[in-house]
Amino acid sequence: TAVAASTTSLGTRAPAALTLRVVAECSRSKARACELRLPHGTVATPVFMPVGTQGTMKGVTAAQLDNLGCRICLGNTYHLGMRPDSGGFQMVSLLALSEVTEEGVRFRSPYDGAEILLSPEKSVEIQNALGSDIMMQLDDVVSSTLTGSRVEEAMHRSIRWLDRCILANQRPDQQNLFAIIQGGLDPALRRKCLEEMTKRNVPGFAIGGLSGGESKEQFWKMVTLSTDQLPREKPRYLMGVGYATDLVVCVALGCDMFDCVFPTRTARFGSALVPTGNLQLKKKQFAKDFRPIDEACTCPTCQRHTRAFLHVLLHSNNTAALHHVTVHNIAYQLQLMNAIRTSIVEHRFPEFVQNFIKTMYGEVGHCPTWAVEALQSVGISLS
Amino acid sequence: MKLSLSRVVQGCRLGTLSNLGKKGDRCMEFPGCLLYTRTGSAPHLTHDTLQVISGVPAMTQLTLSSLAEHYEILEEYKEGIGKFIGMPESVFYCSLHDPVNPCPAGFVTNKSVSVWGVGGRLEMTVAKFMAIQQALQPDWLQCLSDGEALCADASSSKRAKKSVDRTLAFLDECLKLQEQSEVLRSCVMIGVIEGGDILEERLRSARETAKRPVGGFLLDGFHGDAMTKETRLRLISSVTAELPENKPRLICGIGQPDEVLECIEAGVDLFESFFPYQATERGCALTFSFDYEPNPEDMVLQQNGQKEGEENGEHIDKIITTKCVPETSFEINLKEKMYRDDFGPLVGGCSCYCCKNHSRAYVHHLLVTNELLAGVLLMMHNFQHYFGFFHAIREALRKDRLGQLKELIYRQAC
Repeated sequence: TAVAASTTSLGTRAPAALTLRVVAECSRSKARACELRLPHGTVATPVFMPVGTQGTMKGVTAAQLDNLGCRICLGNTYHLGMRPDSGGFQMVSLLALSEVTEEGVRFRSPYDGAEILLSPEKSVEIQNALGSDIMMQLDDVVSSTLTGSRVEEAMHRSIRWLDRCILANQRPDQQNLFAIIQGGLDPALRRKCLEEMTKRNVPGFAIGGLSGGESKEQFWKMVTLSTDQLPREKPRYLMGVGYATDLVVCVALGCDMFDCVFPTRTARFGSALVPTGNLQLKKKQFAKDFRPIDEACTCPTCQRHTRAFLHVLLHSNNTAALHHVTVHNIAYQLQLMNAIRTSIVEHRFPEFVQNFIKTMYGEVGHCPTWAVEALQSVGISLS
Repeated sequence: MKLSLSRVVQGCRLGTLSNLGKKGDRCMEFPGCLLYTRTGSAPHLTHDTLQVISGVPAMTQLTLSSLAEHYEILEEYKEGIGKFIGMPESVFYCSLHDPVNPCPAGFVTNKSVSVWGVGGRLEMTVAKFMAIQQALQPDWLQCLSDGEALCADASSSKRAKKSVDRTLAFLDECLKLQEQSEVLRSCVMIGVIEGGDILEERLRSARETAKRPVGGFLLDGFHGDAMTKETRLRLISSVTAELPENKPRLICGIGQPDEVLECIEAGVDLFESFFPYQATERGCALTFSFDYEPNPEDMVLQQNGQKEGEENGEHIDKIITTKCVPETSFEINLKEKMYRDDFGPLVGGCSCYCCKNHSRAYVHHLLVTNELLAGVLLMMHNFQHYFGFFHAIREALRKDRLGQLKELIYRQAC
């Protein structure tokens, strides 16, 4: 049954650029399989969104991505909209030179001292120009390992910035502004943030401020706390999560959408993702291994190439090597999410999780404790 | 392998090579080029992105320099290089060296030739060379040869003579070994014409090599600045005059469009396609026109493209990086600031993936941000453009329009 988005507690119905239909729910855990209808198409969740920061999925063309079944991916506002004219100046380096004020994030160019202000309004303006189906609020995000009053300040400011972003959005009928829940690793702050942000009329929520240097134990507790307080009928996007185990666990904890640079980045180092972990293809052990990366994988790389050939190519300076592994790793992530989703729809998600863990870790005893506990907390036992 | 010559126009041969490949079912038109690869793969391209390019040649060039060091792996693999690299459908020519990365000179002896791979220098005697080829199993292979006649500062006729003597000796030894191997007997040996810039030696090399049971000829040592253009073309013509009509003539190291045409006129049939790769590496898109019969609309489009370039060329480059100058007049440098907001395709009317889906501005952005996709898209365009050029040459020969094509190309040469 279709669920129209954006009926708020304030009683007003906002224009909907997003519809979430819950197709199936796990009877034990908080996992759900949904259909997310967006202006440019429909996306099945749970979904992994590959990251194409600068408007490109590294060496993979849009056509290749499409052929892999990828229906949604990420671009970065700041990289695409804020690149200063002094060429060669990478945006990432600007963060070290940034200053957060109530106005926004202020960057100062080390080349000519010019200042750029990224305010909530500016951020939304850029995203409106980019025309993405989903846009993110500008949040005041601090490192997850930080403690003290700065965390609380950032949480409250993020709420204020959310409101400013909502006001600034010129295209709510075509673009969906997501809130980003902050609060660091403090349950009280998280809850406060959830309480406030869920009062706002946004079509979706992201769980932010995690996937930094925090321990996995703290991490999963914040995730599950967040999904407990987020509405059922709106998508939950957990930012920065991409390792296979983390994906499986966080689906169990109720998350629908994920993004991470890991699969594509690790590919460029010659690391191929497989159900048992990863293969460092540049290593000597693969020199005469004439099997594909994964016999069960349907991606173009595995259909045509062997580990031995990729090993040779990775030791050359032909960038095609990187693209082969990138294609495979994206396919791996998408196939994983697909398998997760199918198991939810077929009411066998807990069994899927058990098999996944066994394949990845050999025995339950080798599965990291945090994952065991997180799964336990939602009724999935591994023994 | 069969060569059918359909016509010869002003020295240019037009024809088809058929019965190519292990199954003898592939064919290739000439004048033409081979697909350039690096370590067994088209640069930047996977099978999917290579597939999308129009006019990919039936024959692929592999370089021994990039593959020789892996021959133990290939020996164990047993199924040959084509299958190993994931191109089982292609026909392969294995050259000794990579036209883009010249080897250090001074390592050729009477007994061996060296190539440089990732792991360093690999010295090959005839026996080793043929053992490697046995593992690779290419369809055509460049015989072991001494290509260093002009490497020293002063060209000497002694060195030229040596290059011919050595190369013929290598050829005879390789042919002997080929006879003894069932696998190698199905490969075509390409004899190499050496002799530096000494006419006598070139003629001797051509005549002697032609006496041997080779399947084709490689004209080596005509690239670079070692001789003047006039000398080069004179020598090439003299050489091809000595060669049988029914066997293909390849040349290495020649890629620029004007030079390609000149060599075709001098009797060469097949070229490499490293030139589009070099353009890609400098962030350039091949834009030279080979449309010698443009329709009036296209003329306007092309003129507009040029006009914009002229206007913005005056801008002082504010980018702090060094100003990039295109290597040749056959291309544009997408790093230049003028392309930042140019939303047209790389080349108006081009049907390649990049031109159909993306703009100059996007490729500029990719280059400025050092993104891998820049190389992918530029390689797709540059290969398609270059293959299109060879198609146009064949068409011009078929329709007797060579003069118009020549005039168009030479007009664009600087």
